[in-house]
Amino acid sequence: MKLDSKIPDGPLTEKWDNHKEKIKLVNPKNKRKYTVLVVGTGLAGASAAASLAEMGYNVKSFCIQDSARRAHSIAAQGGINAAKNYPNDNDNIWRLFYDTIKGGDYRSREANVYRLAQVSNNIIDQATAQGVHFAREYGGNLANRSFGGAQVSRTFYARGQTGQQLLLGTYSSLMRQVKTGMVELFELREMLDLVVEDGKARGIIVRNLVTGEIERYAGHSVVLATGGYGTVFYLSTNAVNSNATAAWRTHKRGAGFANPCYTQIHPTCIPVSGDHQSKLTLMSESLRNDGRIWVSKKKGDKRAAKDIPEDERDYFLERKYPSFGNLVPRDVASRNAKEACDDGRGVGSTGLAVYLDFEEAIKTFGENVIRERYGNLFDMYEKITGENPYKVPMRIYPAVHYTMGGLWVDYNLMSTIPGLYVAGEANFSDHGANRLGASALMQGLADGYFVLPYTINDYLAGVDADELKTDTEQFKTVENEVVEKNKKLLSINGNKTIRTFHRELGHIMWENVGMARTEESLKKALVEIPKLREDFWQNVKVPGTGEELNKNLEMAGRVADLLELGELMARDALNRAESCGGHFRLESQTEEGEAKRDDENFSYAAVWEYKGEGKNPELHKEELVFENVKLTQRSYK
Amino acid sequence: MEKLINLTLKIWRQKNAKSSGKMVEYHVKDVSTEMSFLEMLDVLNEDLSLKGDDPVEFDSDCREGICGTCGVVINGIAHGEQKATTVCQLHMRHFKDGETITIEPWRARAFPVIKDLVVDRKAFDRIMASGGYISIKTGSAAEANSILIPKEDSDLAMDMAACIGCGACVASCPNASASLFVGAKISQLSLLPQGKIEAKQRAENMVAQMDAEMFGACTNIQECEAVCPKEISISGIARMRREYFKAAVK
Ligand SMILES: Cc1cc2nc3c(=O)[nH]c(=O)nc-3n(C[C@H](O)[C@H](O)[C@H](O)COP(=O)(O)OP(=O)(O)OC[C@H]3O[C@@H](n4cnc5c(N)ncnc54)[C@H](O)[C@@H]3O)c2cc1C
Ligand code: FES
Repeated sequence: MKLDSKIPDGPLTEKWDNHKEKIKLVNPKNKRKYTVLVVGTGLAGASAAASLAEMGYNVKSFCIQDSARRAHSIAAQGGINAAKNYPNDNDNIWRLFYDTIKGGDYRSREANVYRLAQVSNNIIDQATAQGVHFAREYGGNLANRSFGGAQVSRTFYARGQTGQQLLLGTYSSLMRQVKTGMVELFELREMLDLVVEDGKARGIIVRNLVTGEIERYAGHSVVLATGGYGTVFYLSTNAVNSNATAAWRTHKRGAGFANPCYTQIHPTCIPVSGDHQSKLTLMSESLRNDGRIWVSKKKGDKRAAKDIPEDERDYFLERKYPSFGNLVPRDVASRNAKEACDDGRGVGSTGLAVYLDFEEAIKTFGENVIRERYGNLFDMYEKITGENPYKVPMRIYPAVHYTMGGLWVDYNLMSTIPGLYVAGEANFSDHGANRLGASALMQGLADGYFVLPYTINDYLAGVDADELKTDTEQFKTVENEVVEKNKKLLSINGNKTIRTFHRELGHIMWENVGMARTEESLKKALVEIPKLREDFWQNVKVPGTGEELNKNLEMAGRVADLLELGELMARDALNRAESCGGHFRLESQTEEGEAKRDDENFSYAAVWEYKGEGKNPELHKEELVFENVKLTQRSYK
Repeated sequence: MEKLINLTLKIWRQKNAKSSGKMVEYHVKDVSTEMSFLEMLDVLNEDLSLKGDDPVEFDSDCREGICGTCGVVINGIAHGEQKATTVCQLHMRHFKDGETITIEPWRARAFPVIKDLVVDRKAFDRIMASGGYISIKTGSAAEANSILIPKEDSDLAMDMAACIGCGACVASCPNASASLFVGAKISQLSLLPQGKIEAKQRAENMVAQMDAEMFGACTNIQECEAVCPKEISISGIARMRREYFKAAVK
């Protein structure tokens, strides 16, 4: 496996423009002869599919849900960043770039992050033109709010439903292209494998989730925009159908997987209530703008929040980080909450929670203003917990939220398999070891609207618009493997449910590959995961048949893949004997307890190559070169 | 505080679109009141599958009330009795020990059952494809702040844009009308300067598609507004009629 990042020459600020000038074009008349398969209809996939179709390519678009509008992106709450500088607080592209690279703890590519900051403003224009409802001021122009990890107000938002509104915008563009016939939409389809012919991505094998039929689709290029793999932890803020199957099986066909250990734990989620829990619910980070995080100064304090006087409260983030206060980046906030709970000062019946308190904000601004800002989040909290956050402080605890790792891509978003592009959360690109809030929506839409539609031309201009065939040997072989795998899952007929295994995997991951990792815990995970996987393949019970709607079968395949990916995550985390961003190795911390990087030895993206079942994967390194920013110890004091 | 309750469930079971279905009774024990309704069904399904029975198929994804994937009729009410709540956000603390709960799929001619509680809602997507958008090309948009929108209009449009496309409005309507869904989209876009330009055409196309999908007519029963998990107002339907009328008179 050769890693060529294809970062263009020239000064940072000119790379993207220079590159665009050099990208080959496909003659408009010829575009119709090319077919691109786009898997996923989240922000990244839907925006890519719509844009490619507008440009004149034939697009086939796939998603698991019954409608493209239901992709997981819909759940994003807080907002999307852009360097518009509308509030006139001296924001600019450089600053957004710098905050993102610093927030990622200097583990991403300068060139990619700069490009992301550059196109951020176009996204806001694009979305507004589509009718996306960003919040507005009384004068009629767009409003902003601030978010963790930045000292400027650059986040655009649509109440607490930013992801929904943005996705409905991309979905509307997608449906417009469905109407024109340029996009053919395949809902309720799950991609189960990639077909590679002559070393190039050439098609996908898909299960029709209604009939169970296995189908073949061929294209001149394949775009994966299948989201992140947070569900490896079982409990996460991801939707229950979010999964790693497309990315993982593609990895097994030759695509390098980069930095799998970089996962983000979000500080403000509703705590776990019991074993039955099927997912965790995020309370948007934007709440930290007005909410104050605290626990009692005393250990084991069982008093109700209102009975703990002001001077007996520890506003630990404000105390430790006076300049960023409650708005420190996510990894810092999460770790501090965990520390407070480990110290015996957690709140609620389980002791695994801290308070997020709006009393002061309500006093200052009035309940109406707070309702306007966060009403739907407060309602959601009340529905789940039965408590009214206008009256008592919220209880929150960190939960797995986002995965920065993913399939490796070059500057053009092409993976190590020629013709296979990866966009959105599924790729590893822009967030390094930690993603700042409101930056995933930005990245997904940047990839889909403004990067991939340019860069894919370069590839397509170089391949023949030949006739697409699905009756080739390669398609047959891959389809066979898919069919056999499903048959096997259905035939085990064991005595444990799929959920039992998923929950157990999540437990191993959370305890050993979670918020704080050690050599010992990671080695333990490397023993326990393979054991669990073996148990799975012998004792799992998958009810029903393959020839019908069978959500258990779908889930079984996904859990089987997560049982492999989890191991790679532990291996990657073990290899990275430094702390950086969301990857916190207890052995590597500063005196103040912050993540301590080791730039000399680990300033690289770790890219893993699959070597076959039972064999150790091979590590490749993409060295990260920093020419424009100085690597410093992150400090939010 | 957590309590454990026992329940009797009467659930619609239907093997596939072609077969006929029936209600089947199940008993679930020791259900925690902290569980969500769907987590309660998860537990039932775990038991069923270990016993060798077919689990009950139902749809869900985000489980936080925003994707619109989930949706069943509980004791005759779409998404259950709690106001402004999708079934994935409904918690068992609202049920009593010993209670019997009936669970059925959305029922409408335009939403055929796929299996058990899962229905096919593609008709909604086809309506959206017929005109639920602003015809703007990617990459060519003007500076966002060049379009000023009064905050009140923007807020009103946003109320309409909150629709999650779950289909509860259709399921609850005796005529199985999709007017609230379509009215919300038409209103949202016609309230915005960007969307006004195509307003007439949009109303005409979307209404035509809605009729073609065999949704029933709206006769002002207002059940849709009552069950809508996002509390979308039926004023959207009135606005749809206005836009449609404008289109009709040209
Ligand atoms: C609760 C929550 C709140 C968030 N809030 C914010 C926020 O405020 N700001 C922000 O910037 N980010 C936020 N994020 C992160 C952000 O929402 C996601 O990272 C982003 O939306 C991912 O978009 P995507 O297009 O890459 O993938 P997704 O939206 O996850 O879409 C994946 C798509 O791939 C499809 N798919 C997956 N596997 C297959 C397969 N095998 N076959 C066929 N199709 C497949 C799915 O059907 C889906 O259409 C939040 C995330 C969560 C969980
Ligand atoms: S599962 Fe998403 S709204 Fe209920």
